[in-house]
Amino acid sequence: MAIEFKPSPSLPPPVKSVGAVAWLRQNLLSSPLNVFLTFFSVYILYLLIPPMIEWGLVNATWSGSSKAACTAGGACWAFIGARFEQFMYGLYPPEETWRINIAAILLIVMIGAFAIKTVNKLYLSISIIVVYPIIAYILFAGGSFGLEAVDTSLWGGLFLTMLLGIIGIVASFPLGVLLALGRRSNMPVAKSVCVVFIETIRAVPLITILFMASVMIPLFLPDGLNFNKLLRVLIGITLFSAAYMAEVIRGGLQAIPKGQYEAADAMGLTYWQSMILVILPQALKLVIPGIVNTFIGLFKDSTLVYIVGMFDLLGIIQLANHDANWLGTTIEGYAFAGFIYWAICFGMSRYSMTIERKLETGHKRN
Amino acid sequence: MTNRNMALAQLERGEQAIIEFTDVNKWYGDFHVLKNINFSIKKGERIVVCGPSGSGKSTMTRCINRLEEHQKGSIIVDGIEMNDNLKNIEAIRKDVGMVFQHFNLFPHLTILENLTLAPIWVRKMPKKEAEEMAMHYLERVKIANQAMKFPGQLSGGQQQRVAIARGLCMQPRIMLFDEPTSALDPEMIKEVLDVMVQLAEEGMTMVCVTHEMGFAKTVADRVVFMDAGEIVEANEPNEFFNNPQHDRTQNFLSQILNH
Repeated sequence: MAIEFKPSPSLPPPVKSVGAVAWLRQNLLSSPLNVFLTFFSVYILYLLIPPMIEWGLVNATWSGSSKAACTAGGACWAFIGARFEQFMYGLYPPEETWRINIAAILLIVMIGAFAIKTVNKLYLSISIIVVYPIIAYILFAGGSFGLEAVDTSLWGGLFLTMLLGIIGIVASFPLGVLLALGRRSNMPVAKSVCVVFIETIRAVPLITILFMASVMIPLFLPDGLNFNKLLRVLIGITLFSAAYMAEVIRGGLQAIPKGQYEAADAMGLTYWQSMILVILPQALKLVIPGIVNTFIGLFKDSTLVYIVGMFDLLGIIQLANHDANWLGTTIEGYAFAGFIYWAICFGMSRYSMTIERKLETGHKRN
Repeated sequence: MTNRNMALAQLERGEQAIIEFTDVNKWYGDFHVLKNINFSIKKGERIVVCGPSGSGKSTMTRCINRLEEHQKGSIIVDGIEMNDNLKNIEAIRKDVGMVFQHFNLFPHLTILENLTLAPIWVRKMPKKEAEEMAMHYLERVKIANQAMKFPGQLSGGQQQRVAIARGLCMQPRIMLFDEPTSALDPEMIKEVLDVMVQLAEEGMTMVCVTHEMGFAKTVADRVVFMDAGEIVEANEPNEFFNNPQHDRTQNFLSQILNH
């Protein structure tokens, strides 16, 4: 009779390798150098954190109408409070800012609707990409439907920052995909156009492009033919970011094994079918970190519009710092700007990680 | 198109080969990879192509659906000449299924989506119908219960069976196999070969590059031996294995059979 094979049962791990004490020993106190580094870091934190809390919270002044009200010696958050509206909307007429709020709420609601199962995702995407911008434009610019016209030179603050960031991201992504595909194409004309475009844009600083957009282009256009500065700057930012996006996406395309292209070809899929259905979904998933990197870069680079006389979040804060009533509140202003940028960029980064996890198909999902 | 219809009619009557290589030559740069290939395959024939690595057997097979371009000579598949005409290539690829050494399933799609992709987008079949057909072929390769999983969750043998089912979903007239078992663990080779034998018994026209000589003996109508870009010998399996004509063939057979 054959002897039956029975696997021996699994044993629990030794006590020393699990639990809080084990974690401390492994991560903080595993060697003399580690012990030193741990205590050194704790000491540095001890030096930094208490004064910051004292300045930012304990001794801070939260309300008041000028710098003179800030007598406690800590942060003068009253400055942020007094200028908050301006930081959000720039020079947009205060009695019209409800239009921006409505547009923002509408966008959040529409994006939130993706979570509802019964909503048709295709129609929703189309309405966000096509219908929403029209509504938003009517609301922002006014001049129709009884809304008072607001010139784009008055747009500013976080509103302008978000506008530049969102439009830049939404427009540069598809353009970047097309440029990346073009650069890898077999068609010599398409390929060289894409290569020249990408290499030219990448070889030039963003400031140069913004100057070109705001100063040079109007010089070359004939009299009477002139289009909006905001639009010109937006196009500049979009093209700039698209060139970087294209190179990130090209990296993803190169990482897809040749066999995937061949399998798609062998099935008789056309070029665009195989790109859209087979190659791009995989390539884009691979380079999500790089894409988000470019998005975050674009979002922060949009502060450069200050140079060409537009007041985005950072620009409007700098402007407010020069107010005679609030002289000496530079640190508070920059801290506030820094916090807003950090919150938005950190949010983007976390969101991208969620997407990455969602798209992971290598392991068991169900 | 009428030309093609006539050709197809001849083909059905067995008067014309379904795949016809005439003086096919191909170079990779300076390297002459296919030298004067003349070969024809009839409808329903099962061809096994073997030979040492670098002999051009994969390249020749991949010329049939123009994954590789030949530079001289002509290849006529299913009544259509293979040339730069994109329409011709697309038409042929609809009729030729292909199975690769490394499976090449699409990792971002479920098994079912892998199978229905081409029927829906190339054959313009309604989704429901495509799914029913896909499930039918998955049952044939005995893997229907995995339809909702992703390729990364399946074993190599299972993935290759899915790849075969995916090829069949195009309802092809010809199936090409490019070393389908070379990347598999030994214990998984049999399950893939079983599916291929079953397919052969149903009368599918097959061109199979493989080193599985057992498979060649049982199902092949003809075995083709290639070396250095040339077809050295092509014969029905009994003759090929028991009475090889060329010393190069004898050499090769002694190397792979005696170990």
